[in-house]
Amino acid sequence: MKLILHIWRQKSRESPGKMARYEVSNVNEHMSFLEMLDVLNEELIARNEDPVAFDHDCREGICGSCGFMINGVAHGPQRGTTVCQLHMRHFKEGQALWLEPWRAKAFPVLKDLMVDRSAFDRIIAAGGYISVNTGGAPEANALPVDKQKADLAMDAAQCIGCGACVAACPNASAALFTSAKISHLAHMPQGQPERRRRALSMVARMQAELFGACTNHGECEAVCPKGIELENIARMNREFTKAAWARRDEVAGSGRRRLLPRSFP
Amino acid sequence: MQRRKADFPIEGAKSALTSVATTEEAKQTVGFYRSVVGKKVVMAVTGFILFVFIVFHLAANLLIYFPPEANGTRLLNDYAAHLRALPALLWGARVLLLVAVILHIVAAWQLTVLNKLEARTTGYVKYTPIASSYASRTMVWSGPIIFFYVIYHLLDLTFGTLNPSFQSGNVFHNVVADFEHPGVAIFYIFANACLAFHLYHGIWSMCQSVGLAHPRYTPMLKKASVALAIAIGAGFCSIPLAVMTGLVR
Ligand code: FES
Repeated sequence: MKLILHIWRQKSRESPGKMARYEVSNVNEHMSFLEMLDVLNEELIARNEDPVAFDHDCREGICGSCGFMINGVAHGPQRGTTVCQLHMRHFKEGQALWLEPWRAKAFPVLKDLMVDRSAFDRIIAAGGYISVNTGGAPEANALPVDKQKADLAMDAAQCIGCGACVAACPNASAALFTSAKISHLAHMPQGQPERRRRALSMVARMQAELFGACTNHGECEAVCPKGIELENIARMNREFTKAAWARRDEVAGSGRRRLLPRSFP
Repeated sequence: MQRRKADFPIEGAKSALTSVATTEEAKQTVGFYRSVVGKKVVMAVTGFILFVFIVFHLAANLLIYFPPEANGTRLLNDYAAHLRALPALLWGARVLLLVAVILHIVAAWQLTVLNKLEARTTGYVKYTPIASSYASRTMVWSGPIIFFYVIYHLLDLTFGTLNPSFQSGNVFHNVVADFEHPGVAIFYIFANACLAFHLYHGIWSMCQSVGLAHPRYTPMLKKASVALAIAIGAGFCSIPLAVMTGLVR
């Protein structure tokens, strides 16, 4: 089959970009969307033109590298699917498709359909981890985990960090991504020691990276290839609010209450 | 690439393992408000206060449908007189509402600037919403329309400045005289349609913002928001329609 593609072409981070029109024939309905772009790129290379740059790695929907907008929807028309797993049988002969990179201040375009998502890494580095001392592995059964909580943690941990939530959000908010990690660890016993600090730090980082605020549109949940739910954002709001109000200054006082006034020299 | 330092002084925002106590308690509220989550919580709480007011206001307004009593007085006027006889309650509520309105608007303004001017600086050539509602995408319009309507509404029916046949204390007369002008009635209906849209998204959204979500109750809550929004909008709009059709005179 044949498709008309309008693709965002941008040489580098600084240069201005624009939409360019391409026609790809020889599209097989069994191809994935990325394989279809490979076909286009081979033609472009044969014509001595610059191939379209896009991120990809596993091509089996588990790494979170791929992703761009197809006709204004992150990862395209198939729900719960990354573009690498989206097959051409979902498109019609002669259909016109608009491909654009994720748009967010925090995700600058590197080239064509590729964006820099390192802001996500910095959000994780701000608190999306647990501190584990080295040594022998603890006995697994010594730490019971409620089945339901384990399931909820597992669901939240499904996030592959592709950035579709930010791209789809009218506010370019990273609330779904950040809340998935906060939820994941808040459900687990191993996540408890750093629970409050994690919520504060990750939200602070998310904001410092210039992601927007969640206004509960729900676009993120709809495009998430891993089905991360909006409930996680409510959980993040809860975790953050509790942590912000219950926080107390960290004092090393051997557990004694501080009796001297704070301004005491 | 542009990166900012985390700009609210909540302790945990600092490097995680070596943080030393430096923040005073006083900064806590400020820090909470400076966060996007804090602003949304403020919007939710103030929105809730305004929502409760609207429910009471509607209930009181519907007194207009009671027929005149034997001595010719109207229940709506009696209610207004009783309310005025309780200045502490009246002024307490007014101050609370004013503070709520100011906080709601300031937070909305700041979040809108962040979302539209800072976070998404480049738009899409093609963007297709697939989950958000018309109501959720137009909160930023329905809000200001309601705000400007409320200012007019206060000048018209509370202070009487804009109402040529204003009779202090005779609420029934003022309302009926008002809605005999089709322009006033249409503005009122339009503003209340906006209010219904605002509540359609706002009621469930405020629960989500303060962290109330549950797979069992959230779907019910969304349905309840729609029902309440329609009921409130219809309740208010029925009054000008009743006056115009001569049902209330
Ligand atoms: S390439 Fe790994 S998820 Fe698409």
